[in-house]
Amino acid sequence: MANSTTDKRSAQTETVSMMSVVAPAVGWFIPGAGHMIQKRWTRGLLLFVSIATLFLLGLAMQGRIYRANGGDILDILGFIGDVGAGGLYIVTLAMDWGQGAIAFATADYGTKFMIVAGLLNFIAVADAYHIAIGKKQ
Amino acid sequence: MTITLNHFSAAAVFALFASIVFGITHRETTRDMVRYGLYCFVMFLGGVLVAGWAMWVLRR
Repeated sequence: MANSTTDKRSAQTETVSMMSVVAPAVGWFIPGAGHMIQKRWTRGLLLFVSIATLFLLGLAMQGRIYRANGGDILDILGFIGDVGAGGLYIVTLAMDWGQGAIAFATADYGTKFMIVAGLLNFIAVADAYHIAIGKKQ
Repeated sequence: MTITLNHFSAAAVFALFASIVFGITHRETTRDMVRYGLYCFVMFLGGVLVAGWAMWVLRR
């Protein structure tokens, strides 16, 4: 009896610790997915729509995507922000989108939209982690 | 495809999506999430309007 209870607890702990790694990783790669794999469907969907729309609007506004760099501090910070968008950032780099167009005055807004989308995804990833460890419902 | 938003509509779109994420991630219950999301949205847009009028006053 005691053994069975201990086994159950240890299995539960293992699931929690596994989820605390998987949920943030999946959530980073696909915004909102960290919530969805923990059955928070509505929250996950809303996060995905919000972050993806902001990022895609930034691209459509001819915003510029930052690549890994060791130069100006603002470029490094821009890269850190962009990287937060996970899969969206990787696809954008792979397709060579996000070159930025100085001909459009709104292109700078687009650049900021993409950085903010990445930063918002970092917050969503932290939230998915808090749900995984039981700190939040 | 190129989308061109003016300053206010860009700020409104930004405020909408940032508020949704803030509401979901910063509160525990659904009711609190909605309330906090609305609060953030009003603060974002209110900040834009106040800053806009402040700049208009400074320019004169």
